[in-house]
Amino acid sequence: MRDRSNMGLKLHLVLFYTFLYVPILVLMALSFNRAGLPTVWTGFSLEWYGKLFTADPILSAARNTLIVALISTVLATIFGTLLAVGVETRHNSSVLDAVLFAPMIIPDIVLAIALLSFFTLLNMTLGLHSIILSHVVFNIAFVVAVVRTRMRNFDHSILEASADLGASEFTTFRRILLPAIAPGVIAGALLSFTLSVDEFIIAFFTAGAGQSSTTLPMQIYAMIRFGVTPEINAMATIVMFVSFTLVFFAQRTDKEVFSR
Amino acid sequence: MTNKFTNSFRLPFAWLTAGAACALSAFAGAAQAEKIVISNWDGYMPPDLLENFTMETGIEAELSVHGTNEEIMGKVVAGGGKGYDVLFVSSPFAEALNNLGLVAAIDHDKVPNASNLYDEAKELAHDPGNNYSMPYAWGTTGLCYRSDLMPEPTSWNDLLKPSDDLKGKVTMLSTDRWLMGAAALALGKSLNDTSDETLAAAKDLLVAAKQDLLAYDDATFYLKLVSGEATMVHAWDGWCNYGIGENADIKYTIPSEGSDLWVDALVIADASENKDAAHAFVNYVLGADVGVWVASNILYKTPNKAAMEALDPSLIETFPNMGMSPADLTKYEQLRDLGNGQKPFARTVTEIMAAQ
Amino acid sequence: MTNRLKSVILLGPGLGWLALLMVVPCGLIFTYAFFERGIYGGIDHVFTFENFVRATDPLYLGIFLRSAKIAFLTTIIAILIAYPAAYAITLAPRRWQTGLLILVILPFWSNYLIRTYAWIVMLNREGLINNTLQGAGLIDEPLSLLYNNFAVIVGLVYNYTPFVVLAIYSSLNRINVETIEASEDLGAPAWTTFHRVILPQTVPGIAAGGVFVFVLSIGNFITPDLLGGGRLQMVGNLIYDQFLSARDWPFGATLSMFLIAIMMGLLFAQAVLANRAAGQRGQD
Repeated sequence: MRDRSNMGLKLHLVLFYTFLYVPILVLMALSFNRAGLPTVWTGFSLEWYGKLFTADPILSAARNTLIVALISTVLATIFGTLLAVGVETRHNSSVLDAVLFAPMIIPDIVLAIALLSFFTLLNMTLGLHSIILSHVVFNIAFVVAVVRTRMRNFDHSILEASADLGASEFTTFRRILLPAIAPGVIAGALLSFTLSVDEFIIAFFTAGAGQSSTTLPMQIYAMIRFGVTPEINAMATIVMFVSFTLVFFAQRTDKEVFSR
Repeated sequence: MTNKFTNSFRLPFAWLTAGAACALSAFAGAAQAEKIVISNWDGYMPPDLLENFTMETGIEAELSVHGTNEEIMGKVVAGGGKGYDVLFVSSPFAEALNNLGLVAAIDHDKVPNASNLYDEAKELAHDPGNNYSMPYAWGTTGLCYRSDLMPEPTSWNDLLKPSDDLKGKVTMLSTDRWLMGAAALALGKSLNDTSDETLAAAKDLLVAAKQDLLAYDDATFYLKLVSGEATMVHAWDGWCNYGIGENADIKYTIPSEGSDLWVDALVIADASENKDAAHAFVNYVLGADVGVWVASNILYKTPNKAAMEALDPSLIETFPNMGMSPADLTKYEQLRDLGNGQKPFARTVTEIMAAQ
Repeated sequence: MTNRLKSVILLGPGLGWLALLMVVPCGLIFTYAFFERGIYGGIDHVFTFENFVRATDPLYLGIFLRSAKIAFLTTIIAILIAYPAAYAITLAPRRWQTGLLILVILPFWSNYLIRTYAWIVMLNREGLINNTLQGAGLIDEPLSLLYNNFAVIVGLVYNYTPFVVLAIYSSLNRINVETIEASEDLGAPAWTTFHRVILPQTVPGIAAGGVFVFVLSIGNFITPDLLGGGRLQMVGNLIYDQFLSARDWPFGATLSMFLIAIMMGLLFAQAVLANRAAGQRGQD
């Protein structure tokens, strides 16, 4: 009985991956589209890949996006995890809950304009750093939410036992708590990275002027008026392949670190 | 600019020269290392424009991109325009920026190329005398259709009250000013009329029209014509040209009730710290070659007389709307900032978009 | 280490960040709700309650309700798809799990816009899905899959289900193998084990994932625009329009405050329900 339901689940997972990846395959196919039309196929061509490697703005935008996403994810994951632990093990109140959900609920255009107005009030120069500062705001909220779900089922008595046995706070945290919540932290980090990589409106408003602060979503949305060319599809295809390869090799090195 | 010396003897010499050159330019730099930041739609300027500009004037230029007028407007209003020097925006937005004190006056002595403009382009309704803006491209809004699938439309009502075989095969622009513009023209009213009666009548017309639409589409409507999904679309003339380029049966026409004259313009941000350099850029852009590039590549008309007259005549044969004369163009009304009328206007648009 | 210091270290950075970069800036914007829109789109510092009165217009409530309906439907579908998927991942060998998780999220490192274009290609009247169905002889006429609510929901479910998978996975993984074994040893059939042991423990994950999808869907404006043909005005479009098209920041701020208040209310209700559901554990 268990085996049959497990088979059913596995089938579901396979179908789910199919659902996720079919549009991606379509997107990749369109990167070979001869004419620059995003939705009509006109023939095979590699020209967009060629253009991509000479299209400086797209590559620098991609690099900027990566920087913003990585740094804001690291910051949000660290602060968010600490916050989640703090809220779950010690304080909790509805007010705190509200504050922690707020970044998700506040419409992003409001957050975008609010942050820009605030930065302007402080006479701060804008750049990639201002985007990072802004992205951490909503990323923290998502990390906190995900890590908290993990902590909900966590048996706090283990922490007490560890303290009773003489372990320092820090040791308890590092060797008992952290490994236990690690899957939640990873999930939160992945979530945060993904949100940041594809975020447009807050990035647009809080970015500095100039190409050095332009992220990939900003670059792509700006192409809407005169044509989103398949160069973007080419870029996305390359991102997919690189990421996929990285994951593949990371798996092979078989780190048991996160396997608890 | 980069010399590759493979001979190791010449390499140190090259570095020495390069070093000296850098040192010299660092000294000269005080006057020349000016930098300006421009915000424009992606692909709206020649790709080598900034390089050529730098080569000619020594001023460095960086490009920021924006996707819609509304976004750059929001950013400049919230941030005061800090960090920007030159902005490309459509005329109602240029007008609003000027009213909000966010753009600088243009010193015509620093922009001699303005003489390249048509006379009509020097007296545009939103900025007669070009005191704070310089026009970059202009055109009309009309109907783009498949001539092999339907006869030429003659009225805005052909779009708003489509015949049975066109139902579900037409699209409209959803950007608020043009959405309402179609109704205003069909009703014979001004594009800038925000009186209660006009707004109510426009609303009724547009809510009814919504039922027969395939979709609202601001960016891929010409693709729908090419693929045959749609037979007639509400379109800007330049965009219709992209469709014409893909399928020669596509044609553009202005309905009998008229059109609007849209103008995209350059403005200099008041927050700019390099206004002279910004002027130099505006001047460069008004040169004939940039205009020729815009017309030949973007397939938009430009108010640059020198450029339009230098165009390849075959371009105008393939894309007839490019041949429209400034005199004809300026017959049409321009969209203006709505001032206090903006609020009831926005509410009407919301009602239309929310209607089921 | 004192309790105080511990609290400061744990809560300080995160809360400090949120206080400085969310509470303060948004607070400033929300004060605009009490002022008038300037003629050209700035702020006239004339105190008024007019915006609040305007916001109570049923037009706006209608838009919110319609958005909420779509978002709710999306949330249910996303949870139904995500739960078994997340569960299946936890059944996989430990060292594959992170990789499988990343594979779930990988498609979303491409760009939202081109993924949406890909869906347009698939849902079109002459698109992939219709062509396949017609080719297989299953339908005669192409189905109308695009520029309607169906397409919007498909787009939203597609883009946000992975987030639910992450949330549910996070709570699922913790399931104590022993409690499952204990349940089985006591003779409980698989369904009962699931329904009374596993499910309650994963309620926090479901709740979090559901919140993610609902909140992200309701504020989304690209999918309704492109896949919905612009026909469906959602709350995301509405607020965006107030700030950027109408340039009426005071009214935009007011509508946002109303939206946030309603959403907080819903969240609170959800938290109460989730706690009650999680409280129905058969053990502990």
